[in-house]
Amino acid sequence: MELHRLTILEARNLLEKGEISPSELFGAFLARIEKVDPLIKAYITICEKEIEDIVEKRGKLYGIPIAVKDNICTRSIRTTCGSRILENFIPPYDATVISKLKKEGAVIIGKTNMDEFAMGSSTENSAFFATRNPWDLERVPGGSSGGSAASVAADLCVASLGSDTGGSIRQPASFCGVVGLKPTYGRVSRFGLVAFASSLDQIGPITKDVADCAYLFSIISGFDPLDSTSYPIESEDFTKYLGRGVKNLRVGIPEEYFALGVDREVKEVVLRAVELLSGEGVEVLEVKLPHTEYAIATYYIIASAEASSNLERYDGVKYGFRVGDYRNLDDMYVKTRTFGFGKEVKRRIMMGTFSLATGYYDAYFLRASKIRALIKRDFDEAFRKVDVIITPTAPTTAFKLGEKLEDPLTMYMSDVLTVPSSLAGLPAMNLPCGLDSNNLPVGLQIIAPLFREDLLFTVGYVLESLVPFERKEVPLGV
Amino acid sequence: MEFEAVIGLEVHVQLNTDSKIFCSCSTAFGNPPNTNVCPICLGMPGTLPVLNVKAVEYAVKAALALNCRINDISVFARKNYFYPDLPKGYQISQYDKPLATNGYVLIETKGGQKRIRIKRVHVEEDAGKNVHGEGNDPYSYVDLNRAGVPLIEIVTEPDISTPEEARVFLTKLRTIMRYLGVSNADMEKGELRCDANVSIRPKGSNELGVKTEIKNINSFKFVAKALEYEIERQILVIKAGGRIEQETRLWNASLGITETMRKKEMEHDYRYFPDPDLMPLVLKPEMIEKWKKELPELPDKRKARFMEDYGLSSYDSEVLTSEKAIADFFESALKFYNNPTAIANWVTVELMSRLNREGIEIVDAPIEAWQLAKIVKLVEENVITGRVGKELLDIVWKEGGDPEEIVKKRDMIQISDASSLEVVVDEVIKECPAEVEKYLSGKTKVIGYLVGQVMKKTRGRANPQFVTELLEKKLSELKR
Ligand SMILES: [Zn+2]
Repeated sequence: MELHRLTILEARNLLEKGEISPSELFGAFLARIEKVDPLIKAYITICEKEIEDIVEKRGKLYGIPIAVKDNICTRSIRTTCGSRILENFIPPYDATVISKLKKEGAVIIGKTNMDEFAMGSSTENSAFFATRNPWDLERVPGGSSGGSAASVAADLCVASLGSDTGGSIRQPASFCGVVGLKPTYGRVSRFGLVAFASSLDQIGPITKDVADCAYLFSIISGFDPLDSTSYPIESEDFTKYLGRGVKNLRVGIPEEYFALGVDREVKEVVLRAVELLSGEGVEVLEVKLPHTEYAIATYYIIASAEASSNLERYDGVKYGFRVGDYRNLDDMYVKTRTFGFGKEVKRRIMMGTFSLATGYYDAYFLRASKIRALIKRDFDEAFRKVDVIITPTAPTTAFKLGEKLEDPLTMYMSDVLTVPSSLAGLPAMNLPCGLDSNNLPVGLQIIAPLFREDLLFTVGYVLESLVPFERKEVPLGV
Repeated sequence: MEFEAVIGLEVHVQLNTDSKIFCSCSTAFGNPPNTNVCPICLGMPGTLPVLNVKAVEYAVKAALALNCRINDISVFARKNYFYPDLPKGYQISQYDKPLATNGYVLIETKGGQKRIRIKRVHVEEDAGKNVHGEGNDPYSYVDLNRAGVPLIEIVTEPDISTPEEARVFLTKLRTIMRYLGVSNADMEKGELRCDANVSIRPKGSNELGVKTEIKNINSFKFVAKALEYEIERQILVIKAGGRIEQETRLWNASLGITETMRKKEMEHDYRYFPDPDLMPLVLKPEMIEKWKKELPELPDKRKARFMEDYGLSSYDSEVLTSEKAIADFFESALKFYNNPTAIANWVTVELMSRLNREGIEIVDAPIEAWQLAKIVKLVEENVITGRVGKELLDIVWKEGGDPEEIVKKRDMIQISDASSLEVVVDEVIKECPAEVEKYLSGKTKVIGYLVGQVMKKTRGRANPQFVTELLEKKLSELKR
């Protein structure tokens, strides 16, 4: 058995029996990273020394190497957010999720590449380099958690954490053929997650299978007094929802999600999976989500508005990058932010600033907030009829590097199927459900009502065993 | 044409909670720069605010004391602007859904009582401070100890008509905050900061003129001065045929003038929007009720009670209740000697003049309520004369001690038996023949001098009223 192929639960089994040691496992991954990561470029920082710092020896993740998206603060480990402006930022604190991982004995193996400040759908907006899709090195891994998804797909870690604002976990998980969960808003603490759009951001697991996803989610979720938007319920052991039957469960199929420029092959693969599920006694129903077409516009207004404010702190005064040469305070601000931020980040800051400006606020930000409420209501209505909703995760499989980079609107459309549930705060999971004719993974999205991640695990676990998708060593583009 | 001013105030009051409003850092004043800080109040990436309930309690109590309606749901909003003392690039404040609205404060003016309406009270965080290098030091420094200290902003309606009313209003506000114990509201320490919106209009007109906003009025001394200057400036502009421009002006205390800071078109667009990191602040009625019950007796009520229960004048009651500590001192003195009129007189005249002279607060005065009560009692019961009473107060002020014992030890008791006084009176008549002559010739005013001589000989221990009577009697005998 090659160690880098292990899931969390498999590795734990071997570690517990004493058949392998944590340093052996860690060493295997470091070797693998050294060999493979130059092709994939999933990591911004590799933490070779972290293994020496495991304190908790009996934790639920004892000795498990986990990769972490580089917008999640790690004490004493550089956290760049994929940006020049934070290139040398070393947080003096851990994000709550990192504290939770460490308490269970996990080893942070590295910080993964991402679109700058999580703004993007291809990881090409990283200030440092683009990450490649392990299934086809000419293609993007999706984004913004492209590094986290690629690192799991290419077996450069056992599992990883990503963050999802409008699809940033699910879409790259879809492109890379791995499982990715965006939890209910408020279920996982945002403390220590560098904010992009605070009312949407959620940290979630990216794993090799559904069982690992449930396992890792059990550890990172739960109330955190450091986050005022954290929901006051404790976590539980979500693996108990694995293996439960799905008989008589009602699955909704929203027609709006099978239009909207969704690739024909993607539709077919997803619908075939739904068919397999109906064979298990699931009732498949049509549902309507009529405000779906406004979701992208709504999302980009709200997310950009919040981002324009969240990113004001990067002003060159206290930490992070500051230009060397400036005439006065205003000049310092302008130059620091002009050189420190990339193109897409600046585009969104401008969009957000505009939509909050006096005279535009009502027409943009306020109206978007109202439409957001309508989108939520659509889901409320739908969930009166069905238990979960199944859709494709992304309209296409992985696209080529550079293909959409110069066309932001097309790029934005790759979030069209993930954004509505983000606006509604709902939990949603990507599950690989087959391959297209290019041999690229197709992802299926399961959406559940608020705080019903249990349904995602139950349904996902059953589907995983039915769909024609093998968790095999990725061909690495060969 | 005669003009009248229309003034509205925006007052920031620093709440004296132990910790900051969104993190657990200390709010202690005067620590070395950047020692009361943490990743949250430094605005480091990924950190989040968590609301300090104590700050909410203080703010609600302040708003209740200003007779405001507390909104059961209020919303924190971000006020976005760049400045080095603002670590997040935005200030967490409240905007369209403030904590409280529609209150009022009653002030005493020359024209009688006046009601100044309070438009709104909201909660927000303070910014840090920029410190500019001195001499050849070209750098500016940022101290973030103050960043995140809780503030309330109190906005009045434009109900203030004169600089004097503004001063009285601010004094009243300070009194109320001190009564509540939510802020020391010391302007000189920046615990109370005031911006003023000023416009003028022809007297009797109902229309509002173009207003200017005056900032940087950071001392009680300057409130009236700054407003007087600005009103005068606006009148001169109008009289010279000019127009008032809407702008922000800065009070320059050393020159005694207001100066243009920025014109209207240069005003920031703060792009307020609800802070997604904080849930709306929901206040349950039980909570508000509980805090309401905890409110102390406030100055207006206490003043009314002083007038009613102690039969004091409106003026004395106002003076006594203007500071909670003084009213407390007064009432505790009453416990030792229940003579409100006399105690009130001694507190408002003798005690307060000494406090003013030494520039100290009553809590720091070297005299306690029981000591003053005893002095007043000694005077009122004619054990000592009023004049000796004042001397005694000075002695106790300097040296402390029990007034009764001092009186005994130093032989300060009033000479009240006629026979021993008669001896002194006779002496004075003998020693001052010229004055006696004048008196006898009809210039009776000279008797004051003779009384003074007697007082001198008795070291003030004689009752001047009694001495006068005795002298008059003796002199009229001489006449015959
Ligand atoms: Zn702090």
